[in-house]
Amino acid sequence: MNQTCFDSKDTDISWCPGCGNFSILKAIKQTLVELELSPNKVVMVSGIGQAAKLPHYISTNFFNGLHGRALPPATAIKAANPNLTVVVTSGDGDMYGEGGNHFIHTIRRNPDITSLIHNNMVYGLTKGQSSPTSLKGFQTPDHLQGVTNEPLNPLALAISLNASFVARCFAGDIPQTSAIIKKAIQHKGYSIVDIFQPCVTFNQVNTFRWFKENTYYLESDHDTKNRVAAFQRALETDRLPLGIFFEEAGRPTFEENTGVYKNGLTPLYEHKVEREKLRALIEQYRT
Amino acid sequence: LHRNKSLLVFINKFGLLYIKNLTGGQDMTASSAPEKNNFVIVLAGEAGQGVQAIVTLLTKAFKQEGFYVFAAHEFMSRVRGGSNSSLLRIGAQPVCAWTGRNDLCFVFDDKAANHLKNRIYPDTFVLGDGLKGTVEQHFIDVPLARMAKEAGGTILINMIVAGIIWGILGGRKEIIEDVVRSFFSGKTAEIIDNNLTAVRSGIAAGAELKRSGQTPLSLAPPGAQRQDLHLTGTEAFTMGAIAGGCNFVSAYPMSPASGVYTALAKHGRNFGIIVEQAEDEISAANMVIGAWYAGARALTTTSGGGFALMTEALSLAGVTETPMVILLAQRPAPATGLATRTEQGDLNLALYGGHGEFPRILLAPGNPEQVFAHAQNAFYLADTYQVPVIVLTDQYLMDSSCDVANLAVPDTSPATTVVKTAADYQRYAFTETAISPRGVPGLGEGLVAFDSHEHDEDGHISEDLDMRLKMVEKRSRKLQLIAENAMPPDWIGPEDAGNLIICWGSTLEIAREAVAGLDLKNIAIMHFQQVFPLHEETRKRLRKVSSFILLEGNPAGQFGGLLKQYWGIDWKHRILKCNGLQFSVEEVQTALRKIVEQEVKK
Repeated sequence: MNQTCFDSKDTDISWCPGCGNFSILKAIKQTLVELELSPNKVVMVSGIGQAAKLPHYISTNFFNGLHGRALPPATAIKAANPNLTVVVTSGDGDMYGEGGNHFIHTIRRNPDITSLIHNNMVYGLTKGQSSPTSLKGFQTPDHLQGVTNEPLNPLALAISLNASFVARCFAGDIPQTSAIIKKAIQHKGYSIVDIFQPCVTFNQVNTFRWFKENTYYLESDHDTKNRVAAFQRALETDRLPLGIFFEEAGRPTFEENTGVYKNGLTPLYEHKVEREKLRALIEQYRT
Repeated sequence: LHRNKSLLVFINKFGLLYIKNLTGGQDMTASSAPEKNNFVIVLAGEAGQGVQAIVTLLTKAFKQEGFYVFAAHEFMSRVRGGSNSSLLRIGAQPVCAWTGRNDLCFVFDDKAANHLKNRIYPDTFVLGDGLKGTVEQHFIDVPLARMAKEAGGTILINMIVAGIIWGILGGRKEIIEDVVRSFFSGKTAEIIDNNLTAVRSGIAAGAELKRSGQTPLSLAPPGAQRQDLHLTGTEAFTMGAIAGGCNFVSAYPMSPASGVYTALAKHGRNFGIIVEQAEDEISAANMVIGAWYAGARALTTTSGGGFALMTEALSLAGVTETPMVILLAQRPAPATGLATRTEQGDLNLALYGGHGEFPRILLAPGNPEQVFAHAQNAFYLADTYQVPVIVLTDQYLMDSSCDVANLAVPDTSPATTVVKTAADYQRYAFTETAISPRGVPGLGEGLVAFDSHEHDEDGHISEDLDMRLKMVEKRSRKLQLIAENAMPPDWIGPEDAGNLIICWGSTLEIAREAVAGLDLKNIAIMHFQQVFPLHEETRKRLRKVSSFILLEGNPAGQFGGLLKQYWGIDWKHRILKCNGLQFSVEEVQTALRKIVEQEVKK
C-alpha cells in the first residue's frame, strides 16, 4: 500500500517482527483512506497492551488510557462530539479481561463506535501469560499444566447481549479484514470486530498456519439479521467462522438516546449554559 | 491519637462528650433552653412515615412567618422501618448549624423515643400517641392515629403533627393552609381536602395544648416573610455545577452523593446535560476523563468507596493533564462504614489517592452558598490548570438545608481554555507557565494526543529519561502555580486572636455559632474552603497564635496532620468526632469551655 495521510513519521514501533498487529494497522489505515476520513476527525482509543500501542503508530487523534478502560472514554468521546469517528483498538486481555465489565455495558449502551479486538489468545506485553481467550490446555508461564478455564467466547457473549454489529476476521487476510472493519465503522451503533492475530513470540500453538487451517468464512447466504443463527455460528469451535455474524441497522445509539443532539450535532465544547433557565430553577427554591 | 499534654476532646458512641485528660463531673450534655423566637423541633419515626413532608411544609410555613429555617436529617440505611429523625431549627437570626437542643419533639413510636433518648432533656416537650416506658418527662399523649382516621386515614398522621406544631406555636392558619394546598397541587381535590382537614384538626389540638398551658411555647414572628432561597447542599451543588458549565455527568449511585446525580438527571434534558449511570465508578471516572478530552465539562459524584475505585483514573487525569471534577460526599468508612451518616474521613484518600505524584485541587465548602460557589469553581479550576479537582462535602452538608439570600448566576457562560489547534499542535508543549494549550479533537487542524504513559510533548510514549524529568517538573510547576493562586482561608474573629480554631468544610457554621454563643475573647476561627494546595501566605498570620485548636469530624485529625506536615503546626487541642453524626453547636461549646479552663489553669 502507498503512503497515506494516516502514516506516522519517525515512529519506533515496539512490536516484534512478524507480529499480526502490523497487518491490523495496515488494514485500519486502508479502511480510513477508503472511508475518506480526515485524521483530525478520527480518534483512536486504546487501553494497555501491545495492541493498545497502535494509536501511537497512526496519525490521528488518540486516547491511550488505562488498562481495560478503553470503552468508557471512547463512549464519552463520541457522546461529547458525535462528529468524530471513534475506533477502539486493543487486545483480548484489555477488552475481555481487565475491561470485561465495560465490554458488557458498552454493548447495552450501543454508542456509535467500533471496537477492534486484537485477539492472539495470549498476553504479549507481560510476556506470555494466558488470556481470557486462551484455549484449554494452552501452556503458559502462569498455567504450566495448561489452561483449565473455559475460554471466553466474545462473539457468543456479544450476540447474547444483542450487540448491534458482531464480526470476526483474521489478520492474515488484510483485504477481508479491511472490508469488515469498513462495514463496522459504517455501521451506526456499537460494532465489535474480534480479529484473530498470531503472536509470533508467545503463542506457538495458535500460529498463522493454525488460524489458516482452523478458520473459514461464513457462507455468502449466512443471514446476518438472524440473531439465533448468528449465535449458533458463534458457538462453533471445531473450525472457527469468520465474517459478519450479526448486524442490526437502525437501532438508536447512545448519543441519540442522550437527547442532547435532537437539534443538531453541536459538540459539547460549543454548548453554553442555559443561564435564564438556571435562574428560573434557582427561583423555585425561594419560598 | 493521644498526645501527652494535649487535650483531646472526643465524642463517644452515645453522642456525649468524652474529654481526655480532664477530671470533674460537669454536665456535658447539651442543655435545652427555649427562647421566644428560636426553636428546635425534632421529629423521629420510621422511614416512610412522612416526617420529610412535615419538615418541608413547616419550612415553607415558618419562612412565610419571617423566620430563618435550618433542617437536618439523620437516618438509617434502610428504605422502610428503623428509627430516623429530622431536626428543624427556626430563628429570628440566620440558623445553619446542627444543634443538640430539643424544645418540641414528636416521637412516632417507642422505638423512636428510645432512639432519641440522649436528645430529650427535662425541659423538652415530647408528644406522641399512647407511648409508654421510654418518655416520661414532659410527655404529652395525643391521639394522633384516631385524629388521622377521622380526617380521612392513618396516612394523614404527618399532617396532624404538622398542624399540632403550628397550633402550639400559634402560627397563622391561612399560611399553613396555603402551603398545604401548594404542596399537594396536582393531586385530587379529595386528597387536598383530607390533608387540609388533618392540618386543621392538628391546629385545633395544638391550640388547645397551648391554651391549657401544657406547652407554654409561643412564636414571635420576627418580621415580614423571608424571601431567601432555602436549599440543601445537594441542591446547591446541582445548580452550581450547571452554572459552572457542567454538560456531562457519569456516576454510579452511592449515598450521600446520589442526590446530585439524580437531580442532574432530572434537569439534564432541559439543560442539555448528558447524564449516564456507569456500570461502576471505574467506568464513571474514565468516562469523565474521555468527555473532558473531547471538550465536555464533566462531573462524577461519589462517596469514599466509589472514590477508592476511581483513584487509578485520578492518576490518569494527573499524567494526561486532563481536567476532571469529582464530588466526594463523605460518609463514615472504612469500607461500607455507615452508609447514611456523616464524617470528614476521606481527606487523606482525596489527598493521596492515586499512584504517583501529580497536582490536584481539594475544595471543601462550608455551607450551601459555598457549595454553589465551589461547584462552579471546580469546573473553572479544572479547566484552567488541567488537573483533577475534588470537592469534599459530607452527608450532613448534602442533606441539610438552610437559607441563602441569593445564588447569583454569572452574566456570561463560563469561559473555556479550549483552543483551536494548528497542524503542528503539541498537546504537552512546554510553556512558561507549564500549562499547555488545550486542544480537543476535531477543532482545528491539529491532532490531539492523550497518553497514560510518560510521554513527550507530542503525547507519544517516551522512555527518554531526560524527558521524564522535564514532564515531572512540568506537572510539579503546575502545582506551585495553583498554590500561588490558592484561596486563602477565612478568618472569623479578632485579627490578633491568640487562640485559633482551625476547621474545614461542613463544620464552618457550627464553629461560628459555637464561638459566637460563648462570649470568649482572644479566639478566632480559621476555616479552609480550599484544603489543598494550601495558601502559603496564610502561614505568616499564624505567628501570633499561641494556641491551635483543631476541629474536624474524623478519628485521627487528618487535616491537622496535613497542617503539621506542611506548616509544622503543633496542636495543643483537638476536638474530633466520628460517631456518624455531625458536631452539635453545644458539643463544640462544651469542648471549648474545657479548653479555656485548661488555658486559664496554666
